[in-house]
Amino acid sequence: MKIKSFFIITIVLFSVWVLLNNSYEPVLLIIGAAVSILIALIFCTKCSVFSQIKLSPKSLFYSIAYLFVFMIELIKSNLDVAIRVISPKLPINPGIVKVKTVLNTELGRMILANSITLTPGTLSVDIRDEYIYVHWINVEGKDIETATNSIVKKFEKYLKEIYG
Amino acid sequence: METLKLIGAIIVLLGSIFLFLGALGLVRMPDLFNRIQAGTKASTLGTMLTLLGIILLNPDWTGKLVILILFVLITNPISSHVLARAAHFRKIKLSDKTIIDQLADDGVEEKDDINNSKE
Repeated sequence: MKIKSFFIITIVLFSVWVLLNNSYEPVLLIIGAAVSILIALIFCTKCSVFSQIKLSPKSLFYSIAYLFVFMIELIKSNLDVAIRVISPKLPINPGIVKVKTVLNTELGRMILANSITLTPGTLSVDIRDEYIYVHWINVEGKDIETATNSIVKKFEKYLKEIYG
Repeated sequence: METLKLIGAIIVLLGSIFLFLGALGLVRMPDLFNRIQAGTKASTLGTMLTLLGIILLNPDWTGKLVILILFVLITNPISSHVLARAAHFRKIKLSDKTIIDQLADDGVEEKDDINNSKE
């Protein structure tokens, strides 16, 4: 478990280094790699932040698919809010509803809550165990099942494969 | 090269339109939660589009701008979530149009208030 965490943090640090430097000189790459490994060794001997990610070709594929789904939802969400803001009657029907998630890991739930915030008309307000309280700008159904189906189902099938 | 710059400028313009709509939403929406909704979403896509446009205008800055985009994408929802949660804890009034408040109905917050006051 720890090795996986160490590996992911090294990769993240190294890619940030490369992006910030914006050059591919061997000296810079070697320095970056050495420093990333060192930092990961010092600070990440006990951390377990990324230990919940599954590393496999399948999860990589789902990550990329998730990114696309997420981008489409983000654009839809913006158009949706833009239309609501522009229209003179201000067609909103807000409320706070409860949704249930099947994700078990903390990291998965965090990503799900963040995704909910960035998708059409929804804003996650609080998490209690497996329930997420969502502020919905246009409430379509007050009970848990309707809300769950229309808010979290589209993300869950991807996140389940990545974070379990 | 010129067309690339033109496309970049158009994307920056599009981003600023979204940012403007977000600001308009802050003024028009009736209560705090709806304002956060308008503010978060429009500003996320607006900032991302603006930065993407700058990538096309200035390809040398790609790496740094990609990091900025990721940063905005990760931090924006977190900050708005924390604002909304704190506002609900402080019992900020929801607008009259609100039809359901499941979080207040469940009464999970009151327990927390008691726990906090003991500390």
